[in-house]
Amino acid sequence: MMSADVMNGNVLTGGFADAPVQAARAFRAALEAMARPGRIETVEGAEAPGISTAAAVLLLTLCDRETPIHLAPGCDGAALKRWIAFHIGAPVVAAEEAMFALGGWQALKPLDRYRIGTAEYPDRSVMLIVEVESLESAGMKLTGPGIESEAALNLPEVEAFARNGLLFPLGWDCYFTAQDRLAALPRTTKVEAL
Amino acid sequence: MTEQAYNFAYLDEQTKRMIRRALLKALAVPGYQVPFASREMPMPYGWGTGGVQVTAACLTPEDRLKVIDQGADDTTNAVSIRKFFERTAEVETTEHTAEATVIQTRHRIPEQPLGEGQILVYQVPIPEPLRFLEPRETETRKMHALEEYGLMHVKLYEDIAHNGAISTAYAYPVKVEGRYVMDPSPIPKFDNPRLESAAIQLFGAGREQRIYALPPHTRVVSLDFEDHPFEASKADHDCDLCGCGTSYLDEVITDDAGGRMFVCSDTDFCASRQADGHRGALSPQEELA
Repeated sequence: MMSADVMNGNVLTGGFADAPVQAARAFRAALEAMARPGRIETVEGAEAPGISTAAAVLLLTLCDRETPIHLAPGCDGAALKRWIAFHIGAPVVAAEEAMFALGGWQALKPLDRYRIGTAEYPDRSVMLIVEVESLESAGMKLTGPGIESEAALNLPEVEAFARNGLLFPLGWDCYFTAQDRLAALPRTTKVEAL
Repeated sequence: MTEQAYNFAYLDEQTKRMIRRALLKALAVPGYQVPFASREMPMPYGWGTGGVQVTAACLTPEDRLKVIDQGADDTTNAVSIRKFFERTAEVETTEHTAEATVIQTRHRIPEQPLGEGQILVYQVPIPEPLRFLEPRETETRKMHALEEYGLMHVKLYEDIAHNGAISTAYAYPVKVEGRYVMDPSPIPKFDNPRLESAAIQLFGAGREQRIYALPPHTRVVSLDFEDHPFEASKADHDCDLCGCGTSYLDEVITDDAGGRMFVCSDTDFCASRQADGHRGALSPQEELA
Protein backbone atom coordinates (compact mmCIF):
# COMPACT_ATOMS: atom_id res chain seq x y z
CA MET A 1 0.00 0.00 0.00
CA MET A 2 1.13 3.47 -0.73
CA SER A 3 2.16 5.43 2.35
CA ALA A 4 0.46 8.72 3.17
CA ASP A 5 3.76 10.50 2.59
CA VAL A 6 4.03 9.50 -1.03
CA MET A 7 0.33 10.05 -1.62
CA ASN A 8 0.70 13.58 -0.31
CA GLY A 9 3.46 14.27 -2.75
CA ASN A 10 6.45 13.89 -0.46
CA VAL A 11 8.77 12.73 -3.19
CA LEU A 12 11.74 12.27 -0.87
CA THR A 13 10.38 8.95 0.41
CA GLY A 14 9.60 5.71 -1.37
CA GLY A 15 13.13 4.77 -2.39
CA PHE A 16 15.07 1.69 -1.29
CA ALA A 17 16.07 1.72 2.38
CA ASP A 18 19.08 -0.51 1.67
CA ALA A 19 19.74 0.03 -2.03
CA PRO A 20 22.54 -2.49 -2.76
CA VAL A 21 20.67 -5.44 -1.25
CA GLN A 22 17.13 -4.49 -2.25
CA ALA A 23 18.20 -3.68 -5.81
CA ALA A 24 20.01 -7.03 -5.97
CA ARG A 25 16.88 -8.94 -4.94
CA ALA A 26 14.72 -6.89 -7.29
CA PHE A 27 17.08 -7.48 -10.18
CA ARG A 28 17.08 -11.23 -9.58
CA ALA A 29 13.30 -11.16 -9.84
CA ALA A 30 13.54 -9.07 -13.03
CA LEU A 31 16.20 -11.41 -14.44
CA GLU A 32 14.16 -14.55 -13.70
CA ALA A 33 11.11 -12.90 -15.25
CA MET A 34 12.97 -11.91 -18.45
CA ALA A 35 14.66 -15.32 -18.70
CA ARG A 36 11.34 -17.15 -18.27
CA PRO A 37 8.70 -15.13 -20.14
CA GLY A 38 5.32 -15.24 -18.47
CA ARG A 39 6.66 -16.08 -15.03
CA ILE A 40 5.22 -13.76 -12.38
CA GLU A 41 7.65 -12.51 -9.74
CA THR A 42 6.96 -10.49 -6.60
CA VAL A 43 9.11 -7.51 -5.61
CA GLU A 44 9.11 -4.99 -2.77
CA GLY A 45 10.76 -1.97 -1.29
CA ALA A 46 9.78 1.07 -3.36
CA GLU A 47 6.78 3.28 -3.92
CA ALA A 48 6.33 6.22 -6.23
CA PRO A 49 3.35 8.53 -6.71
CA GLY A 50 0.72 7.10 -9.01
CA ILE A 51 2.48 3.93 -10.17
CA SER A 52 2.65 0.36 -8.91
CA THR A 53 5.26 -0.87 -6.46
CA ALA A 54 6.64 -3.19 -9.14
CA ALA A 55 7.08 -0.34 -11.63
CA ALA A 56 8.77 1.83 -8.99
CA VAL A 57 11.10 -1.06 -8.09
CA LEU A 58 12.03 -1.58 -11.75
CA LEU A 59 12.77 2.12 -12.23
CA LEU A 60 14.98 2.23 -9.14
CA THR A 61 16.77 -1.00 -10.09
CA LEU A 62 17.41 -0.33 -13.77
CA CYS A 63 17.32 3.41 -14.39
CA ASP A 64 19.71 6.24 -13.60
CA ARG A 65 20.95 9.46 -15.16
CA GLU A 66 22.14 7.50 -18.20
CA THR A 67 18.70 6.18 -19.14
CA PRO A 68 16.21 8.59 -20.73
CA ILE A 69 12.65 7.69 -19.66
CA HIS A 70 9.41 8.38 -21.49
CA LEU A 71 6.33 8.83 -19.34
CA ALA A 72 3.12 8.07 -21.20
CA PRO A 73 -0.09 10.04 -20.49
CA GLY A 74 -1.52 8.96 -17.15
CA CYS A 75 1.96 8.33 -15.73
CA ASP A 76 3.34 11.78 -16.40
CA GLY A 77 2.17 13.64 -13.31
CA ALA A 78 4.31 16.32 -11.69
CA ALA A 79 4.73 14.28 -8.50
CA LEU A 80 6.13 11.26 -10.36
CA LYS A 81 8.47 13.50 -12.36
CA ARG A 82 9.76 14.98 -9.11
CA TRP A 83 10.13 11.49 -7.61
CA ILE A 84 12.14 10.35 -10.63
CA ALA A 85 14.27 13.50 -10.53
CA PHE A 86 15.09 12.95 -6.86
CA HIS A 87 15.57 9.18 -6.71
CA ILE A 88 16.81 8.35 -10.19
CA GLY A 89 17.94 11.51 -11.97
CA ALA A 90 16.89 10.19 -15.36
CA PRO A 91 15.95 12.70 -18.04
CA VAL A 92 12.27 12.53 -19.07
CA VAL A 93 12.12 12.50 -22.87
CA ALA A 94 9.91 11.89 -25.91
CA ALA A 95 9.04 8.33 -26.89
CA GLU A 96 11.50 8.31 -29.80
CA GLU A 97 14.52 8.91 -27.55
CA ALA A 98 13.61 6.73 -24.60
CA MET A 99 15.52 3.72 -23.27
CA PHE A 100 12.62 3.04 -20.89
CA ALA A 101 8.96 3.94 -21.30
CA LEU A 102 6.36 3.73 -18.57
CA GLY A 103 2.59 3.75 -18.87
CA GLY A 104 -0.61 1.87 -19.53
CA TRP A 105 -0.82 -0.24 -22.69
CA GLN A 106 -3.09 2.14 -24.61
CA ALA A 107 -1.22 5.20 -23.36
CA LEU A 108 2.11 3.86 -24.59
CA LYS A 109 0.80 3.53 -28.15
CA PRO A 110 1.63 4.02 -30.99
CA LEU A 111 4.41 1.49 -30.43
CA ASP A 112 6.24 2.16 -33.69
CA ARG A 113 7.59 5.39 -32.18
CA TYR A 114 10.01 3.59 -29.90
CA ARG A 115 13.59 2.62 -30.56
CA ILE A 116 13.95 -0.96 -31.79
CA GLY A 117 17.73 -1.03 -32.09
CA THR A 118 19.76 -1.27 -35.28
CA ALA A 119 20.87 -4.30 -37.28
CA GLU A 120 24.33 -4.03 -35.75
CA TYR A 121 23.14 -3.08 -32.24
CA PRO A 122 19.73 -4.66 -31.61
CA ASP A 123 20.23 -4.02 -27.88
CA ARG A 124 19.76 -0.27 -28.37
CA SER A 125 16.03 -0.60 -28.02
CA VAL A 126 13.39 0.51 -25.57
CA MET A 127 12.25 -1.41 -22.51
CA LEU A 128 8.53 -0.81 -22.03
CA ILE A 129 7.19 -0.94 -18.48
CA VAL A 130 3.48 -1.55 -18.93
CA GLU A 131 1.16 -0.90 -16.01
CA VAL A 132 -1.75 -3.35 -15.99
CA GLU A 133 -4.68 -4.03 -13.64
CA SER A 134 -3.58 -7.51 -12.70
CA LEU A 135 -1.27 -10.33 -13.77
CA GLU A 136 -2.38 -13.92 -14.08
CA SER A 137 -0.91 -17.01 -15.69
CA ALA A 138 -3.87 -17.34 -18.02
CA GLY A 139 -5.06 -15.91 -21.30
CA MET A 140 -2.54 -15.79 -24.10
CA LYS A 141 -0.27 -18.72 -24.92
CA LEU A 142 3.46 -17.98 -24.87
CA THR A 143 6.21 -20.01 -26.53
CA GLY A 144 9.86 -19.35 -27.30
CA PRO A 145 13.26 -19.16 -25.61
CA GLY A 146 12.99 -19.41 -21.83
CA ILE A 147 9.82 -21.50 -21.98
CA GLU A 148 10.06 -25.29 -21.82
CA SER A 149 6.78 -26.10 -23.57
CA GLU A 150 4.37 -23.22 -23.15
CA ALA A 151 3.40 -20.53 -20.65
CA ALA A 152 0.34 -18.32 -20.26
CA LEU A 153 -0.14 -14.66 -19.36
CA ASN A 154 -3.06 -12.24 -19.54
CA LEU A 155 -1.82 -9.83 -22.21
CA PRO A 156 -3.79 -6.91 -23.63
CA GLU A 157 -3.61 -8.15 -27.25
CA VAL A 158 -1.82 -10.44 -29.71
CA GLU A 159 -1.19 -8.34 -32.77
CA ALA A 160 1.38 -5.89 -31.41
CA PHE A 161 3.57 -8.76 -30.20
CA ALA A 162 3.30 -10.58 -33.51
CA ARG A 163 4.41 -7.46 -35.36
CA ASN A 164 7.26 -6.93 -32.89
CA GLY A 165 8.32 -10.55 -33.39
CA LEU A 166 8.64 -9.98 -37.14
CA LEU A 167 11.31 -7.37 -36.47
CA PHE A 168 13.62 -9.88 -34.75
CA PRO A 169 16.47 -9.48 -33.89
CA LEU A 170 15.25 -5.88 -33.57
CA GLY A 171 12.26 -4.95 -31.46
CA TRP A 172 11.19 -3.75 -28.04
CA ASP A 173 10.99 -5.78 -24.85
CA CYS A 174 8.57 -5.24 -22.02
CA TYR A 175 7.75 -5.74 -18.40
CA PHE A 176 4.19 -5.86 -17.18
CA THR A 177 3.61 -4.54 -13.69
CA ALA A 178 0.62 -4.76 -11.35
CA GLN A 179 0.82 -3.96 -7.62
CA ASP A 180 3.94 -5.75 -6.37
CA ARG A 181 4.03 -8.29 -9.22
CA LEU A 182 5.87 -8.24 -12.52
CA ALA A 183 6.27 -10.41 -15.60
CA ALA A 184 8.36 -9.92 -18.72
CA LEU A 185 7.96 -10.48 -22.43
CA PRO A 186 11.13 -10.27 -24.51
CA ARG A 187 10.91 -9.81 -28.29
CA THR A 188 11.56 -13.53 -28.84
CA THR A 189 8.32 -14.72 -27.24
CA LYS A 190 5.58 -15.84 -29.59
CA VAL A 191 2.11 -14.84 -28.39
CA GLU A 192 -1.04 -16.64 -29.50
CA ALA A 193 -4.65 -16.36 -28.43
CA LEU A 194 -5.90 -19.55 -26.82
CA MET B 1 36.13 -11.67 7.88
CA THR B 2 33.85 -9.17 6.17
CA GLU B 3 34.91 -6.06 4.38
CA GLN B 4 32.47 -3.36 5.39
CA ALA B 5 34.39 -0.79 3.37
CA TYR B 6 33.09 -2.30 0.14
CA ASN B 7 29.62 -1.97 -1.34
CA PHE B 8 27.63 -5.21 -1.43
CA ALA B 9 29.23 -7.46 -4.09
CA TYR B 10 32.09 -4.98 -4.62
CA LEU B 11 30.75 -2.99 -7.59
CA ASP B 12 29.08 0.40 -7.13
CA GLU B 13 25.34 0.61 -7.81
CA GLN B 14 25.61 2.58 -11.05
CA THR B 15 27.96 -0.02 -12.51
CA LYS B 16 25.62 -2.82 -11.46
CA ARG B 17 22.65 -1.08 -13.11
CA MET B 18 24.63 -0.77 -16.34
CA ILE B 19 25.55 -4.46 -16.26
CA ARG B 20 21.99 -5.44 -15.32
CA ARG B 21 20.54 -3.55 -18.28
CA ALA B 22 23.02 -5.33 -20.56
CA LEU B 23 22.04 -8.71 -19.06
CA LEU B 24 18.34 -8.14 -19.72
CA LYS B 25 18.98 -7.17 -23.35
CA ALA B 26 21.28 -10.19 -23.68
CA LEU B 27 18.42 -12.46 -22.55
CA ALA B 28 16.04 -10.71 -24.96
CA VAL B 29 18.34 -11.36 -27.95
CA PRO B 30 19.87 -14.78 -27.17
CA GLY B 31 23.40 -15.23 -28.50
CA TYR B 32 23.89 -11.56 -29.42
CA GLN B 33 26.90 -9.87 -27.78
CA VAL B 34 25.81 -6.77 -25.86
CA PRO B 35 28.59 -4.20 -25.38
CA PHE B 36 29.04 -3.06 -21.78
CA ALA B 37 31.38 -0.69 -19.97
CA SER B 38 33.54 -3.31 -18.29
CA ARG B 39 35.32 -2.08 -15.17
CA GLU B 40 38.79 -2.70 -13.88
CA MET B 41 38.53 -5.45 -11.28
CA PRO B 42 41.04 -6.30 -8.55
CA MET B 43 42.39 -9.16 -10.69
CA PRO B 44 44.09 -9.24 -14.08
CA TYR B 45 42.26 -9.67 -17.36
CA GLY B 46 42.12 -13.35 -18.20
CA TRP B 47 41.28 -14.31 -14.63
CA GLY B 48 37.55 -13.97 -15.03
CA THR B 49 36.91 -10.23 -14.76
CA GLY B 50 33.87 -10.53 -17.05
CA GLY B 51 32.41 -13.43 -15.12
CA VAL B 52 33.07 -11.70 -11.81
CA GLN B 53 31.22 -8.57 -12.94
CA VAL B 54 28.22 -10.60 -14.11
CA THR B 55 28.21 -12.60 -10.88
CA ALA B 56 28.45 -9.39 -8.83
CA ALA B 57 25.47 -7.93 -10.68
CA CYS B 58 23.37 -11.07 -10.04
CA LEU B 59 24.25 -12.05 -6.46
CA THR B 60 21.80 -11.59 -3.60
CA PRO B 61 22.67 -12.19 0.06
CA GLU B 62 20.59 -15.40 -0.07
CA ASP B 63 22.69 -17.00 -2.81
CA ARG B 64 25.03 -19.93 -2.48
CA LEU B 65 27.97 -19.53 -4.83
CA LYS B 66 30.10 -22.19 -6.47
CA VAL B 67 33.14 -21.34 -8.58
CA ILE B 68 34.91 -23.82 -10.83
CA ASP B 69 37.97 -23.61 -13.02
CA GLN B 70 38.10 -26.36 -15.69
CA GLY B 71 35.66 -28.30 -13.52
CA ALA B 72 37.71 -28.03 -10.34
CA ASP B 73 36.66 -26.20 -7.17
CA ASP B 74 40.15 -26.17 -5.70
CA THR B 75 42.33 -24.36 -8.23
CA THR B 76 43.77 -20.88 -7.66
CA ASN B 77 41.29 -19.03 -9.87
CA ALA B 78 38.25 -20.73 -8.35
CA VAL B 79 39.44 -20.37 -4.76
CA SER B 80 40.30 -16.69 -5.10
CA ILE B 81 37.02 -15.72 -6.79
CA ARG B 82 35.08 -17.66 -4.14
CA LYS B 83 37.00 -15.86 -1.38
CA PHE B 84 36.44 -12.53 -3.14
CA PHE B 85 32.68 -12.90 -2.92
CA GLU B 86 32.79 -14.36 0.59
CA ARG B 87 34.46 -11.11 1.64
CA THR B 88 32.64 -8.55 -0.47
CA ALA B 89 29.11 -10.04 -0.64
CA GLU B 90 29.15 -12.26 2.45
CA VAL B 91 27.41 -15.01 0.50
CA GLU B 92 27.61 -18.67 1.40
CA THR B 93 29.77 -20.78 -0.87
CA THR B 94 29.66 -24.44 -1.71
CA GLU B 95 31.47 -27.01 -3.82
CA HIS B 96 28.32 -29.05 -4.46
CA THR B 97 26.71 -28.37 -7.80
CA ALA B 98 23.21 -29.26 -6.61
CA GLU B 99 23.36 -26.82 -3.66
CA ALA B 100 24.60 -23.83 -5.65
CA THR B 101 22.24 -21.10 -6.88
CA VAL B 102 24.94 -19.23 -8.80
CA ILE B 103 27.87 -21.05 -10.41
CA GLN B 104 30.72 -19.13 -11.99
CA THR B 105 32.69 -21.30 -14.36
CA ARG B 106 35.85 -21.18 -16.39
CA HIS B 107 35.68 -23.53 -19.37
CA ARG B 108 33.38 -26.33 -18.14
CA ILE B 109 29.71 -27.09 -17.59
CA PRO B 110 29.19 -29.21 -14.46
CA GLU B 111 28.41 -32.89 -15.14
CA GLN B 112 25.27 -32.84 -13.03
CA PRO B 113 22.40 -31.29 -15.02
CA LEU B 114 21.47 -27.81 -13.79
CA GLY B 115 17.91 -26.84 -13.06
CA GLU B 116 15.54 -24.00 -12.41
CA GLY B 117 16.76 -21.56 -9.79
CA GLN B 118 20.37 -21.92 -10.91
CA ILE B 119 22.45 -19.43 -12.88
CA LEU B 120 25.62 -20.47 -14.70
CA VAL B 121 28.04 -17.58 -15.31
CA TYR B 122 30.80 -18.20 -17.86
CA GLN B 123 34.15 -16.46 -17.96
CA VAL B 124 34.80 -15.66 -21.60
CA PRO B 125 38.19 -14.70 -23.08
CA ILE B 126 37.21 -13.99 -26.73
CA PRO B 127 33.43 -13.64 -27.14
CA GLU B 128 33.51 -13.18 -30.90
CA PRO B 129 33.35 -16.59 -32.66
CA LEU B 130 34.46 -14.97 -35.93
CA ARG B 131 37.43 -13.10 -34.45
CA PHE B 132 40.16 -15.47 -35.62
CA LEU B 133 38.64 -15.44 -39.10
CA GLU B 134 38.11 -11.67 -39.31
CA PRO B 135 40.07 -9.45 -36.90
CA ARG B 136 38.08 -6.24 -37.49
CA GLU B 137 35.21 -5.64 -35.06
CA THR B 138 33.47 -3.40 -37.62
CA GLU B 139 33.37 -6.35 -40.03
CA THR B 140 32.33 -9.08 -37.60
CA ARG B 141 29.52 -6.84 -36.33
CA LYS B 142 28.31 -6.45 -39.90
CA MET B 143 28.56 -10.19 -40.45
CA HIS B 144 26.31 -10.84 -37.44
CA ALA B 145 23.89 -8.15 -38.62
CA LEU B 146 23.65 -9.75 -42.07
CA GLU B 147 23.65 -13.28 -40.66
CA GLU B 148 26.68 -13.89 -42.88
CA TYR B 149 28.27 -16.98 -41.35
CA GLY B 150 29.67 -18.61 -44.48
CA LEU B 151 33.22 -18.00 -43.30
CA MET B 152 32.66 -20.15 -40.21
CA HIS B 153 31.49 -23.06 -42.34
CA VAL B 154 34.54 -22.62 -44.59
CA LYS B 155 36.73 -22.89 -41.51
CA LEU B 156 35.02 -26.11 -40.38
CA TYR B 157 35.20 -27.44 -43.94
CA GLU B 158 38.94 -26.73 -44.11
CA ASP B 159 39.30 -28.62 -40.84
CA ILE B 160 37.75 -31.63 -42.56
CA ALA B 161 39.82 -31.15 -45.73
CA HIS B 162 43.07 -31.05 -43.71
CA ASN B 163 42.34 -33.52 -40.94
CA GLY B 164 39.49 -35.68 -42.16
CA ALA B 165 37.33 -34.47 -39.30
CA ILE B 166 36.38 -31.22 -37.58
CA SER B 167 39.38 -30.77 -35.29
CA THR B 168 37.91 -27.90 -33.26
CA ALA B 169 37.80 -29.46 -29.80
CA TYR B 170 36.84 -26.52 -27.58
CA ALA B 171 35.04 -23.18 -28.05
CA TYR B 172 33.07 -25.06 -30.69
CA PRO B 173 30.72 -22.57 -32.41
CA VAL B 174 26.97 -22.89 -31.96
CA LYS B 175 23.93 -21.30 -33.54
CA VAL B 176 21.37 -19.92 -31.11
CA GLU B 177 17.64 -20.11 -31.95
CA GLY B 178 18.56 -20.29 -35.63
CA ARG B 179 19.96 -16.75 -35.65
CA TYR B 180 23.24 -15.77 -33.96
CA VAL B 181 26.44 -17.80 -34.13
CA MET B 182 27.90 -17.76 -30.63
CA ASP B 183 31.14 -18.74 -28.95
CA PRO B 184 30.20 -20.94 -25.98
CA SER B 185 33.53 -19.92 -24.33
CA PRO B 186 36.38 -22.46 -24.35
CA ILE B 187 34.33 -25.34 -22.96
CA PRO B 188 35.21 -28.72 -24.49
CA LYS B 189 32.82 -29.60 -27.30
CA PHE B 190 31.79 -32.52 -25.07
CA ASP B 191 29.84 -29.92 -23.07
CA ASN B 192 28.03 -28.38 -26.06
CA PRO B 193 24.88 -30.53 -25.83
CA ARG B 194 24.41 -29.28 -22.25
CA LEU B 195 24.14 -25.67 -23.45
CA GLU B 196 20.45 -26.50 -23.81
CA SER B 197 19.66 -26.27 -20.13
CA ALA B 198 16.91 -25.48 -17.64
CA ALA B 199 19.23 -22.96 -15.94
CA ILE B 200 19.93 -19.37 -16.98
CA GLN B 201 23.33 -19.09 -18.68
CA LEU B 202 25.15 -15.75 -18.71
CA PHE B 203 28.47 -15.03 -20.44
CA GLY B 204 30.83 -12.22 -19.42
CA ALA B 205 33.94 -11.09 -21.31
CA GLY B 206 35.71 -8.40 -19.27
CA ARG B 207 38.59 -7.38 -21.48
CA GLU B 208 36.44 -7.52 -24.62
CA GLN B 209 33.54 -5.75 -22.86
CA ARG B 210 30.76 -8.05 -24.02
CA ILE B 211 27.88 -9.80 -22.28
CA TYR B 212 25.64 -12.45 -23.85
CA ALA B 213 23.14 -14.97 -22.59
CA LEU B 214 21.08 -18.08 -23.15
CA PRO B 215 17.64 -18.17 -21.52
CA PRO B 216 16.56 -21.61 -20.26
CA HIS B 217 15.43 -24.12 -22.91
CA THR B 218 16.92 -22.06 -25.75
CA ARG B 219 17.68 -24.00 -28.93
CA VAL B 220 21.46 -24.28 -29.29
CA VAL B 221 22.85 -26.19 -32.28
CA SER B 222 26.54 -27.00 -32.76
CA LEU B 223 27.54 -26.18 -36.33
CA ASP B 224 28.26 -29.20 -38.50
CA PHE B 225 27.70 -30.80 -41.91
CA GLU B 226 25.24 -33.53 -42.89
CA ASP B 227 28.07 -35.92 -43.76
CA HIS B 228 30.22 -34.81 -40.80
CA PRO B 229 27.76 -34.50 -37.95
CA PHE B 230 28.77 -32.90 -34.67
CA GLU B 231 30.20 -35.34 -32.14
CA ALA B 232 30.63 -34.58 -28.42
CA SER B 233 33.92 -36.38 -27.95
CA LYS B 234 35.94 -37.19 -24.84
CA ALA B 235 38.99 -39.29 -23.96
CA ASP B 236 38.19 -42.94 -24.66
CA HIS B 237 38.69 -44.09 -21.08
CA ASP B 238 36.95 -44.42 -17.71
CA CYS B 239 37.79 -42.21 -14.75
CA ASP B 240 40.63 -43.88 -12.83
CA LEU B 241 39.30 -42.66 -9.49
CA CYS B 242 35.51 -43.13 -9.69
CA GLY B 243 35.16 -45.42 -12.70
CA CYS B 244 32.68 -43.17 -14.48
CA GLY B 245 32.57 -43.93 -18.20
CA THR B 246 30.51 -40.94 -19.33
CA SER B 247 32.17 -37.90 -17.70
CA TYR B 248 34.69 -35.51 -19.28
CA LEU B 249 38.24 -36.52 -18.34
CA ASP B 250 41.52 -34.75 -17.64
CA GLU B 251 44.72 -36.58 -18.51
CA VAL B 252 47.21 -36.41 -15.65
CA ILE B 253 50.89 -37.25 -16.20
CA THR B 254 52.05 -39.25 -13.20
CA ASP B 255 55.78 -39.84 -13.84
CA ASP B 256 58.50 -39.20 -16.43
CA ALA B 257 58.21 -42.67 -17.98
CA GLY B 258 54.96 -42.22 -19.87
CA GLY B 259 52.72 -43.04 -16.89
CA ARG B 260 49.37 -41.28 -16.90
CA MET B 261 45.90 -41.47 -15.52
CA PHE B 262 42.51 -40.13 -16.49
CA VAL B 263 40.32 -38.44 -13.90
CA CYS B 264 36.99 -36.58 -14.04
CA SER B 265 37.55 -32.90 -14.70
CA ASP B 266 34.50 -32.13 -12.51
CA THR B 267 35.97 -32.60 -9.01
CA ASP B 268 32.63 -32.39 -7.19
CA PHE B 269 31.09 -35.00 -9.49
CA CYS B 270 34.05 -37.35 -9.00
CA ALA B 271 34.19 -36.89 -5.22
CA SER B 272 30.43 -37.50 -4.88
CA ARG B 273 30.73 -40.72 -6.85
CA GLN B 274 33.66 -41.89 -4.74
CA ALA B 275 31.71 -41.05 -1.59
CA ASP B 276 28.92 -43.27 -2.97
CA GLY B 277 31.40 -46.15 -3.18
CA HIS B 278 32.35 -46.02 -6.86
CA ARG B 279 35.95 -46.92 -7.56
CA GLY B 280 38.25 -46.65 -10.58
CA ALA B 281 41.22 -48.65 -11.84
CA LEU B 282 43.79 -46.59 -9.94
CA SER B 283 41.84 -45.95 -6.73
CA PRO B 284 43.94 -46.48 -3.62
CA GLN B 285 43.53 -49.99 -2.20
CA GLU B 286 41.01 -49.99 0.61
CA GLU B 287 42.20 -51.40 3.89
CA LEU B 288 40.81 -54.83 4.55
CA ALA B 289 38.79 -55.16 7.69
